[in-house]
Amino acid sequence: MTHDEQGAPGTIAPAEQCVTMRLWRGDPGGGRLLDYRVSTGEGEVVLDVIHRVQADLAPDLAVRWNCKAGKCGSCSAEVNGRPRLLCMTRMSLFPPGSAITVTPLRTFPIIKDLVTDVSFNFEMARRVPPLAPRPREADGTYRMYQADIVRGQEFHRCIECFLCQDVCHVLRDHQDHKADFAGPRLFIRYADLEMHPLDAADRRPLLAEQMGLSLCNITKCCTEVCPEGIRITDNAIIPLKERVVDAYFDPVAWLGRKVLRRRGPRAPSREDAGPGGRPPVGGPGPAP
Amino acid sequence: MPEQETHCLDVLVVGAGGAGLRAAIEARTEGARTGIVCKSLLGKAHTVMAEGGIAASMGNVYPQDSWQVHFRDTMRGGKLVNHWRMAQIHAQEAPARVQELEEWGALFDRTADGRILQRDFGGHRYARLAHVGDRTGLEMIRTLQHRAVALDIEVFMECTVLALLLDGGHVAGAVGYWRDSGRFVTFRAKAVVLATGGIGRAYRVTSNSWEYSGDGHALALWAGAELIDMEFVQFHPTAMVWPPSVRGILVTEGVRGDGGVLLNREGRRFMFDYIPPALAAETADTEEEADRWYLDRAGARRTPDLLPRDEVARAINSEIKAGRGSPHGGVFLDIASRHDAAYIRRRLPSMYQQFKELADVDITAGPMEVGPTCHYVMGGVRVDPDTAATTVPGLYAAGEVAGGMHGANRLGGNSLGDLLVFGRRAGLAAAAHAAGLATLPALDQAQVGAATGAALAPFERAGGETPYGIHRHLQETMQALVGIVRTREELCRALEEIAALSQRAAKVAVAGNRRYNPGWHLALDLGPLLVVSQCVATAALERRESRGGHTRDDYPLADPDWGRVNLVVRRHEGGLWLRSEPLPEVPSELRQLLEESR
Repeated sequence: MTHDEQGAPGTIAPAEQCVTMRLWRGDPGGGRLLDYRVSTGEGEVVLDVIHRVQADLAPDLAVRWNCKAGKCGSCSAEVNGRPRLLCMTRMSLFPPGSAITVTPLRTFPIIKDLVTDVSFNFEMARRVPPLAPRPREADGTYRMYQADIVRGQEFHRCIECFLCQDVCHVLRDHQDHKADFAGPRLFIRYADLEMHPLDAADRRPLLAEQMGLSLCNITKCCTEVCPEGIRITDNAIIPLKERVVDAYFDPVAWLGRKVLRRRGPRAPSREDAGPGGRPPVGGPGPAP
Repeated sequence: MPEQETHCLDVLVVGAGGAGLRAAIEARTEGARTGIVCKSLLGKAHTVMAEGGIAASMGNVYPQDSWQVHFRDTMRGGKLVNHWRMAQIHAQEAPARVQELEEWGALFDRTADGRILQRDFGGHRYARLAHVGDRTGLEMIRTLQHRAVALDIEVFMECTVLALLLDGGHVAGAVGYWRDSGRFVTFRAKAVVLATGGIGRAYRVTSNSWEYSGDGHALALWAGAELIDMEFVQFHPTAMVWPPSVRGILVTEGVRGDGGVLLNREGRRFMFDYIPPALAAETADTEEEADRWYLDRAGARRTPDLLPRDEVARAINSEIKAGRGSPHGGVFLDIASRHDAAYIRRRLPSMYQQFKELADVDITAGPMEVGPTCHYVMGGVRVDPDTAATTVPGLYAAGEVAGGMHGANRLGGNSLGDLLVFGRRAGLAAAAHAAGLATLPALDQAQVGAATGAALAPFERAGGETPYGIHRHLQETMQALVGIVRTREELCRALEEIAALSQRAAKVAVAGNRRYNPGWHLALDLGPLLVVSQCVATAALERRESRGGHTRDDYPLADPDWGRVNLVVRRHEGGLWLRSEPLPEVPSELRQLLEESR
């Protein structure tokens, strides 16, 4: 039932509702682009059409996906050369009649077809020193103010789609840096911990000496592809770079920042807004 | 046999959603050598999709809240067929489980005085859901994932379990396959925790991801464990209905918790027409009172837009059937006329983005179109409430795969709490059980060979059909015949269809090789999908009344006799054996809580 050759007939549908999907098929040994002609329906996304190719033409076509709602970050691939989530890329984005090319993330090793080996990101995650929380308040809770966690909540929106890692020049063009460069996704994680109101640890020597923070030359490609709109460069990487500079050239400023933060409940402060970042906005109040 | 990859563990956790991660964290903290096996990459499990929040009576917004009120709400939401002890443990322990997440890095939305903010949800008397906007599941899974990594728990990603291994009657581990290479792997363990989630992939319109194929339900059943309450399936009242490709994607109850209202084609707030007598005393009967309730808990009764999910789903279903639905076969959910755009974008960022990008709808400017979607199975593996132990020694189950906690209908927000509370207890009990065994249970290579042989069979069949058509047919059968409203005739037909599909599945063929082959993966998922579908239809046929997530058109009322029993399913001589069992007796002090009118 497979039609792995170019121009294979798809499901029966009027010609104007058909589309040519040019999909990369292969494994670590090599591969090529194959055309599949399939029908499309109203409002569909690229993942819907790939699923139709799977069900009707190529049952062994490999693609990762889970939530199909832009929330899990599984279905990352490159559509017409641009890194995207397949489940959030509407077919209406492309001019009718043109073939749509879908290829795997280029920065990571191929497993098969559109699926890549992203284990690098999980290995780097294992090297992050975890949150070192200060003690709880007397009543057993932690007090944190909305204004103090707005930036952290922005970082927590990360769905780990690894599109930022895919486009990062350091990782994409210099595969040898994978041993000593954490990449934008992990810098978000470090920034989250460094700015976390409860955290008392110092990860700056690690960032400077082993995670390659200085290799980032702030081209902002990561920020551009983030489907969650996280301002990775402005709000995470640049503030981290500044903190590292503080540590090496102005330890007193750093100490002041950490100690001030650890003083129990206090009025909201705005110190954590990095340069170029928006000042924190008020969080949600009680029910309307 | 060249494939001999074997891992030896004290505790094997199957599933890396909220329950699995929490179980593994606890087992590891207790000193057990712990591994997690999961079908997707770490952090992608369905918990990530949870939106509204974690129900816990911390009393940060309403100090009068308490575990007793939460317990009562849970039992009443479950139409009183929940296991009372699970509902009690959950209500008592949820606050501590939420606070623990903060210690591991979670950043919940805050009250003005710096505590965890809590939001309103259906069926909860007080605002008690700890949340992060409308993406609480993401916060929860990432926090647990980081914690699991910090504890250096072994994670076997993209690996699917085919069968549990037994040593006599005791669990001895599991055999599975790596999704990327297709090679087999054996896990030997002293205890196994099932945390595989639900069965939603058996339905056509579902909020669930592909992973929800009832694996844990089937693995437990095949290993001799019992399932309970399988007739109760939750249809979440609000999911996207248009465009067709996104039909079923969840729209959080938080929209209504934050003031959104349901409207029919005529612009009428129809939920006032569907207030059940049992909840009439505590539900507003005018729009004025309902709107006042958002600001004044003491002086007004709650809006019927926030009735329990089963009531709202049935009401929407009725409106659509009566021809009062929206253009694309749903009803309207309006928050645009209730709050300003900035408020909506701040409180519901994910809903805003989802509708804008997938449906070209701006929810701050106009109403959403929504309809019911298969969302959750209340039924599951029967467990001991305190330890999450199943009826098979060494086998534990927690989260959606376990039954009993939610009775006939789960309240929103009670799932995330369930994952944390019973995930932890399962991990604790599994670690203790493992510590009590001097050696690993024996490995029976014949069982491994049987499982792997069956898994490879589809490659050896020539000319059979692919699994995609069978899966689609099953989804359409369950949707049409075992959906929100059921009848005897339709359920009988469903069972015949499932039997026929099982025959077809036994002859399914797959193309290509074993390397990351989704056709093969789906062919193997058909086994669990078919058997859990059979369990749901069988139990639904037996329960001749309507209650919670089980509505029978031919028995439209709740029957007090049926309200005194649970249905239990187990495997017997290759078929299913169903029996009813009296509910466990509720202690008198808790019974008093249930009898209070408000």
